[in-house]
Amino acid sequence: MSQYYHSIRIDTEKCSGGMKCMRICPTQAIRVRGGKATIIENKCIDCGECIKVCNNKAIIPLTDPFGELGKFKHTVAIPSPALYAQFGREILPDRIIAGLKTLGFDDAIDLAPKCGEVSFAIQEYVREYKGPKPLISITCPTVVRLIQVKYPDLIDLIIPIDTPREIAAREIKKKRSKELGLKPKDIGTFYLTPCPAKMISIRQPAEKGKSNLDGAISIADIYGPLLTAMEGMEKGNYRQALENICILGIGWAMVGGISRTLRLKNSLAVSGLSEILDVFDDIERGKLRNIDFIEAYSCPQGCVGGSLTVENLYISYNKIVQLIETLQYEKIKACPDIREVRKLYKQNYFHIEGKFEPRPLIPLDKDLTKAIKKRKKKEAVYEPLPKIDCGACGSPTCLTFAEDVVTGEAHVSDCIFNFPNRFSTLAQEMLDLLEKFAFIDHTHNNPKKE
Amino acid sequence: MGSSENEFLKRYEIESHDFSRAGNVSTQIKELLQEIGIDSSIIRRAAIATYEAEMNVVMYADKAELFLTVNPERIHIRIEDKGQGIKDIDLAMQEGFSTATHEMREMGFGAGMGLPNIKRNADKFNISSIPGKGTSVDIIFCLNETKQK
Repeated sequence: MSQYYHSIRIDTEKCSGGMKCMRICPTQAIRVRGGKATIIENKCIDCGECIKVCNNKAIIPLTDPFGELGKFKHTVAIPSPALYAQFGREILPDRIIAGLKTLGFDDAIDLAPKCGEVSFAIQEYVREYKGPKPLISITCPTVVRLIQVKYPDLIDLIIPIDTPREIAAREIKKKRSKELGLKPKDIGTFYLTPCPAKMISIRQPAEKGKSNLDGAISIADIYGPLLTAMEGMEKGNYRQALENICILGIGWAMVGGISRTLRLKNSLAVSGLSEILDVFDDIERGKLRNIDFIEAYSCPQGCVGGSLTVENLYISYNKIVQLIETLQYEKIKACPDIREVRKLYKQNYFHIEGKFEPRPLIPLDKDLTKAIKKRKKKEAVYEPLPKIDCGACGSPTCLTFAEDVVTGEAHVSDCIFNFPNRFSTLAQEMLDLLEKFAFIDHTHNNPKKE
Repeated sequence: MGSSENEFLKRYEIESHDFSRAGNVSTQIKELLQEIGIDSSIIRRAAIATYEAEMNVVMYADKAELFLTVNPERIHIRIEDKGQGIKDIDLAMQEGFSTATHEMREMGFGAGMGLPNIKRNADKFNISSIPGKGTSVDIIFCLNETKQK
């Protein structure tokens, strides 16, 4: 069994050995060997970039099928606010929640008010905090994994306030089990997710033993049935539906959604992994100490850009922005009561249960002297390489190839620029093969003749 | 002590006035130290010190070479630049002293914290300069002492 749970699998039958996934992987976790892609588990941060680029749909996000609902006596759907961005402008959250209730869930709740509460809680935390800055939000599980793996010394900058989805699931289990006279484990809480990364945060939370959520269902899987369900429904009162929207929480679907509604002096909103890498490098260099808060999402434009969403990410981003603008214009502020939030905050209602631990990459060797020797060998392998990162060897860059040679995963002759050497071996192999076939042919023909 | 067999050596070049690539060498060194399995707190200090030294080259020197040596006892980073040099090293080491231009300060650099910051992060630090020729900086991180902690 592997140490880490991953929400991404490669279907080796569908995999044609294409290199797009290997090239796009931000942590160089993919190799293509023998015409098939494989994932190096301790390097993968479940960002889902590979899922988006695969031509053969051979990289599969592991979310839960609808059938899982049958295991529970009472089921509740908790959609990511990114779901609200998937439909036309006239379809507001009220109708989407109503539509979900017809799809086999006993209930569905709007997560936006909880997001709003957590926004306030983050604001409280940032204001009270006196340590080194900037603080980083934990909304995106990929960002948390990235910090654990690649930036372990930034781990204390992660804000220890839990995500709205986890807090909501915890409260629903508590409340519903009391109301219905059931055990908390009979209440099934399902997150409707825009990305596979949320799945790992449920199966293997980064900080605590067990998630409060029982599963995640892909927005892409539920989109079709939900659309059909909503078509048959009455439209309802638009104004009233608008007044039910929590302006603080709705923005959680997109990058900048938290910062723009908070009263924080200096915050940055970053999306896209390569951008995040740049920003985190700058934090490590001590360049961003004047920034209070960083909101970071691995998907472009935030959760609306998740690999399990349906609508074009710019259109869905725009829908949320326009919705916020409409609410501002109409002066609608269906927000949680900040005094209430402060009370709960003091009772640790929002704080995460455990602690984030670093998960640094495994060094070349546990022994320092041996590790230095191996790193020297890697340099010696790397030096004569063409350094053009062609990827033909099956490793994403010449430097990772050199590492693969040192760790025994690849052979120097796998580099096509070593082809002259490789060719002589190949030629010999072909000769051997020809002789073998000639021999078989010979013996095969002989009995016929006789 | 560390025989050359147990010693990793690498040379890097730092280009001057190349603000867009400034920080590349410190990132490469950080990743290299991670591969070797150096303690993350030492890596953090080494990355900050290297970055500050790199910025000094980008802002003030014409060009520089960086020599990295890693052996089981220590990490040694030596930067030799060719350029204007430093006339008064004691003054340059004072926090807040800077000869940065207005443009550099506009970009958030030149707060006069570079050299003091390198010294603060390093276990051993040495600087020498010949005005009109260039400056050499030695930054050393001890590996044994922190291990015994």
